[in-house]
Amino acid sequence: MEQGWRWELSPVHLLRLRHHTQDDDTLSPALRLDTFKMAMHTPDSGSGGSGPGRDTLSTLEAAMADGPVAELLLRRLEASDGGLDSAELAAELGMEHQAVVGAVKSLQALGEIIEAELRSTKRWELTAEGEEIAREGSHEARVFRSIPPEGLAQSELMRLPSGKVGFSKAMSNKWIRVDKSAADGPRVFRVVDSMEDEVQRRLQLVQGGQAEKLGEKERSELRKRKLLAEVTLKTYWVSKGSAFSTSISKQETELSPEMISSGSWRDRPFKPYNFLAHGVLPDSGHLHPLLKVRSQFRQIFLEMGFTEMPTYNFIESSFWNFDALFQPQQHPARDQHDTFFLRDPAEALQLPMDYVQRVKRTHSQGGYGSQGYKYTWKLDEARKNLLRTHTTSASARALYRLAQKKPFTPVKYFSIDRVFRNETLDATHLAEFHQIEGVVADHGLTLGHLMGVLREFFTKLGITQLRFKPAYNPYTEPSMEVFSYHQGLKKWVEVGNSGVFRPEMLLPMGLPENVSVIAWGLSLERPTMIKYGINNIRDLVGHKVNLQMVYDSPLCRLDAEPRPPPTQEAA
Amino acid sequence: MPTVSVKRDLLFQALGRTYTDEEFDELCFEFGLELDEITSEKEIISKEQGNVKAAGASDVVLYKIDVPANRYDLLCLEGLVRGLQVFKERIKAPVYKRVMPDGKIQKLIITEETAKIRPFAVAAVLRNIKFTKDRYDSFIELQEKLHQNICRKRALVAIGTHDLDTLSGPFTYTAKRPSDIKFKPLNKTKEYTACELMNIYKTDNHLKHYLHIIENKPLYPVIYDSNGVVLSMPPIINGDHSRITVNTRNIFIECTGTDFTKAKIVLDIIVTMFSEYCENQFTVEAAEVVFPNGKSSTFPELAYRKEMVRADLINKKVGIRETPENLAKLLTRMYLKSEVIGDGNQIEIEIPPTRADIIHACDIVEDAAIAYGYNNIQMTLPKTYTIANQFPLNKLTELLRYDMAAAGFTEVLTFALCSQEDIADKLGLDISATKAVHISNPKTAEFQVARTTLLPGLLKTIAANRKMPLPLKLFEISDIVIKDSNTDVGAKNYRHLCAVYYNKNPGFEIIHGLLDRIMQLLDVPPGEDKGGYVIKASEGPAFFPGRCAEIFARGQSVGKLGVLHPDVITKFELTMPCSSLEINIGPFL
Repeated sequence: MEQGWRWELSPVHLLRLRHHTQDDDTLSPALRLDTFKMAMHTPDSGSGGSGPGRDTLSTLEAAMADGPVAELLLRRLEASDGGLDSAELAAELGMEHQAVVGAVKSLQALGEIIEAELRSTKRWELTAEGEEIAREGSHEARVFRSIPPEGLAQSELMRLPSGKVGFSKAMSNKWIRVDKSAADGPRVFRVVDSMEDEVQRRLQLVQGGQAEKLGEKERSELRKRKLLAEVTLKTYWVSKGSAFSTSISKQETELSPEMISSGSWRDRPFKPYNFLAHGVLPDSGHLHPLLKVRSQFRQIFLEMGFTEMPTYNFIESSFWNFDALFQPQQHPARDQHDTFFLRDPAEALQLPMDYVQRVKRTHSQGGYGSQGYKYTWKLDEARKNLLRTHTTSASARALYRLAQKKPFTPVKYFSIDRVFRNETLDATHLAEFHQIEGVVADHGLTLGHLMGVLREFFTKLGITQLRFKPAYNPYTEPSMEVFSYHQGLKKWVEVGNSGVFRPEMLLPMGLPENVSVIAWGLSLERPTMIKYGINNIRDLVGHKVNLQMVYDSPLCRLDAEPRPPPTQEAA
Repeated sequence: MPTVSVKRDLLFQALGRTYTDEEFDELCFEFGLELDEITSEKEIISKEQGNVKAAGASDVVLYKIDVPANRYDLLCLEGLVRGLQVFKERIKAPVYKRVMPDGKIQKLIITEETAKIRPFAVAAVLRNIKFTKDRYDSFIELQEKLHQNICRKRALVAIGTHDLDTLSGPFTYTAKRPSDIKFKPLNKTKEYTACELMNIYKTDNHLKHYLHIIENKPLYPVIYDSNGVVLSMPPIINGDHSRITVNTRNIFIECTGTDFTKAKIVLDIIVTMFSEYCENQFTVEAAEVVFPNGKSSTFPELAYRKEMVRADLINKKVGIRETPENLAKLLTRMYLKSEVIGDGNQIEIEIPPTRADIIHACDIVEDAAIAYGYNNIQMTLPKTYTIANQFPLNKLTELLRYDMAAAGFTEVLTFALCSQEDIADKLGLDISATKAVHISNPKTAEFQVARTTLLPGLLKTIAANRKMPLPLKLFEISDIVIKDSNTDVGAKNYRHLCAVYYNKNPGFEIIHGLLDRIMQLLDVPPGEDKGGYVIKASEGPAFFPGRCAEIFARGQSVGKLGVLHPDVITKFELTMPCSSLEINIGPFL
């Protein structure tokens, strides 16, 4: 812990370092758990159903230290007729029962040397006060003995240790009397010459293991006086096992540097490991599962020769987000209900005005072979700032930049980044999610090329059964939705959307007429949820995600077979 | 994507054959539709309101079919059937004809008062139509579908259909003060002024959504017949007087709006779909619209347009090799009557009034591909040769993420949008000091601003994970947004790295150590000179006094680290000390 953060210590720093050390002394819960797991590797068959904790640990340690007891136990067992009781053995050997139990457990761990059957018996034991009385007599007897023939002042008697209890008991036993008319206050005298201390006798009987000689009533009276208590004793009935032997040597738990240097490991037996126990997880950081999937998608694009587009602008103008994509100004996606618009900064400050004019003309009048939408296109509408609703806005910017470079060079682009929708939230929709987009621009690209690229892309995701459905997107024509057959759901599910960008989008940018741009998009969250069987998107994204899920998430290997669903037993 | 609900048996009857659900699903997929759901009225009511309410409802099987948003001609049973029958070559696409009436043409005169509120109107007449209950329902439903889609919830276009026999033209489309408009609206028993109606409809679940279109305008649009009978007060409600029923034989249709093109398309769609039930099938009686400037036009336009596309262009765009004749056949199946002309490579395509979605040759190419069958197209890989490059900022981010995890920190993924409170109040800042971008239309406080710091997201993650064993060591590398008038949109993203340590002790030395490690990874040496890094005592409202330092690297301030202020910890509903680090990684590229 001293590996130093800094050595010039101000009082504050000293305080912090000290605090730090303290902290390490008192184990954090996590650390304690690890210690336990480590301990679990060494055999511990005796504690069968008992829960984890330090008690188990200390029992085990005690047992290991008790080699001689184990040896004694084996000798006695060899001589015995059938078996012996652990408590009786402890009594005979004059040692703590716990020590014998320890020896039993450590012998059990060695295999079939002994058999031990747990038995519980009830037994009467003296309390601390009971033991004192057995030794020194009851309080009433001690009071009786302390009274001389000439009597004793009551006030003086009461000051004796046994005074109060002993006085009332001795009075009710009629061993003593009080003379209240004495000159210097009440005085106590003996009534009988001698008495039998029955309480002491009974307690001594119990102490000698002869509690059964007392009647039920006598025992309960002593219990009420808190001199006697009934305890349950767990003992072992030990008998010879199938591999019984008296000559066992102590097993080592772990290999040590000393054993290696001395070579003593060659002659020592080692305790077997419990391979059913869990290991200790390494202390480590973890990557977020969705971003692990993002890394894999980046990797796939890079393997396919796609260059990453800049997408680090969450704020976008309506122009780049919609108008440049030939999405008309009355399109429902441009509604307040679908898109987050900005109050501040409300409008884009600069737009490429030459290009804007071409876009305006294409929308309102057509051109480039198009009829256009024939409506009044408004610059104010295009200036409105918003949180981009798709990364296609970034693709539009990238393609516009590409169009300004002469001569045209073919490109393959991709991006994966956040997009925002002012949608109603549910189990599969959040206000923000990640969009994956791929774009290829080259002379003479066909729909067949788009499908070919998609096939390669999805094959890398481990998705091989594809089907294409005609669809409508405002900025692609032809458009196709990509479906894949989901083995688990036993149906075709949509996995992406794709198409060829419309000439009304590309030509105003200045791209050559014979250049086609094919593109496709999908969300990052959806394939991740399908892959990991997550039903609620909130379990995957956002601050409410359970960190344990992040800690436990496996590597992302998109082309590997998914783990089979848990069976009844496993669950 | 609009969903059209049709009765299965009615559909099959019209298609002249039956399908299994799977067969029909397959047909839809091929054609670009989606059989979304198979249900019944009973099932729908039972799902929404419970079994008791559904008791008497019809259990006729309904198909709910998703239709592409630009195919207005497929929004009713009539259109779907026609589209599919032509696709399967069972019928030829009908030719829609506009005809002049035997008697006087119906006139709709637009006055100049409409200019400021809803300037456009078009009209047409369906003569001698024969409705049945199902046809009538479909007619009403189509209007509703058009209103919801191309009409943009009646904002761009509103449709009124009237029993012509109850009216007498010419009709006047004008705009009047609401208090001057008085009539008995549809489904009411007495007359109301427009003012009263707007009040009444505030509680009408259906109509309340359209009130805003005219609500605060001084004049409301209204259409009268020559006797002063109100046909409609668009885009809100029709008059009761001219309401149509199953028995109506002659229908006057008016479409008013703010988008002339769309008004014409909507009118074309309605008349092409339902002229099927007129005595002279697929003929529509023209109506004359007189504009405020005195000029006039007749509607519906029902314009057929010719386009010329070269066969090799279609082949090249799709990636197939079909003969021009075959391509013409494919296009004809898509309701685009086509023939090969000229040098034998030209295809002349007739775009009918139902296909307003065809605005470019690429739309024709798509239809050829659909008819060919997307899944019949040979997949090939483009020969485009390119060298891949990573975006440098993302490349650095990826590298750092792995080493942050290797340093024992766990990555989280939090939202880019949050409340003002998260980035300001809870961090002891005034919102104006954050230079945050503000969202104008958030549905809840969670989406008021884009985050200006990653810290709140990390602290909220801890708050949601307080049961986890300590210490919690978290990080995130992601973008924040700051207003910046030097960019084209007035705001800029910055790539931040934020890390927090949360434990029974503040652990400043751990966060400081992490900074040292990050600088090591970025190859930035300690020390002020030669592009090194140094931390200097600083302060900030989010930090405990005396426990905050500013990080300078390569000659500029890149962020702060420190022990969080107890007020910050409390405001994020945390209970333990916490130290944090947040830097902009842009300068390390």
